[in-house]
Amino acid sequence: MTAQTHDPNKLGRSAEPNPDGPAPKRVVVSYGFWIFLLSDFILFACFFAGYAVLKDATAGGPSGKDLFELKLVETETVLLLLSSFACGLAGIATLARDMRWFQIAMAATGLLGAGFLALEAYEFLHLIGEGAGPGRSAFLSAFFALVGCHGLHVLLGMLWLTTIMAQAWAKGLREDILRRILCFSLFWHALDIIWVALFTMVYLMGVRG
Amino acid sequence: MSERPDEEMARDETAPGEQSEQDSIVGGVRSYVVGLIAATILTAASFALVQFDIVWGPAVPAALVALAIGQMGVHLVFFLHITTGPDNSNNVLALLFGILIVALVLLGSIWIMGHLNHNLMGPMATP
Repeated sequence: MTAQTHDPNKLGRSAEPNPDGPAPKRVVVSYGFWIFLLSDFILFACFFAGYAVLKDATAGGPSGKDLFELKLVETETVLLLLSSFACGLAGIATLARDMRWFQIAMAATGLLGAGFLALEAYEFLHLIGEGAGPGRSAFLSAFFALVGCHGLHVLLGMLWLTTIMAQAWAKGLREDILRRILCFSLFWHALDIIWVALFTMVYLMGVRG
Repeated sequence: MSERPDEEMARDETAPGEQSEQDSIVGGVRSYVVGLIAATILTAASFALVQFDIVWGPAVPAALVALAIGQMGVHLVFFLHITTGPDNSNNVLALLFGILIVALVLLGSIWIMGHLNHNLMGPMATP
């Protein structure tokens, strides 16, 4: 009644409280995590904008056309895509409450992610060894910042993945553990989305010069 | 109110990344397999565009952007399960706001800095 007197035209939410009550914790938690991921996308947008602005500022040094190896990037892309797929299968294993398949799928996710990171580390060390390190030009600073930021996310995701595996193993697939698994899989899939933007804008457009 | 099961309370809201309740295990696996195949085809197309001379040169960047957007769409729908269904409107609205900010940051920076470079270097220095 008081709500109606303060808001006679019901300009706010309906005067009746939601008969279903608040959303379950599972929805609230993963929605909050979704908001965090979107803010992470905005962080990456800033790095992408910096790269786009600086990609021609090579200071007489090598450009993307001279440096990028598409075969390596192709392998990285396949590894990350398969890792995302394995992570999805781990999520399905939780629906079936199947601990063994969950652990197998998560281990596959982690190993494929580790393969991706190893290739990226090789690429970085190779570039630095060639004298094309982050200090060479503004283009390379922006390149290492952007690709390195994504790599750092993958690295942190791998640490998180091992803790999730250990938690699921020690505590079982309880409600709270399932929420954490859901958040982790959102994070892992989001990294793959960022990688799509990254290999398109940095590598594929870079080798065209 | 309290005797209502959790599942029923959530019938008009879906958590991001969550399969809808009626999806079976088989349906879930199928969704991921379809997503994997679609993403693989689009990725292969992107790499092929650059490595082989398939498309008229000046159109390649536009084609790459279109393929990348398609791939992100595949990831969102088949892997993150963000759909246009009525149970998903909160997630989609948040996503649209995120896309708006990302587009403003990216296009705004490129636009402004492009003009700045152009004006500072003069016609001689622009490639």
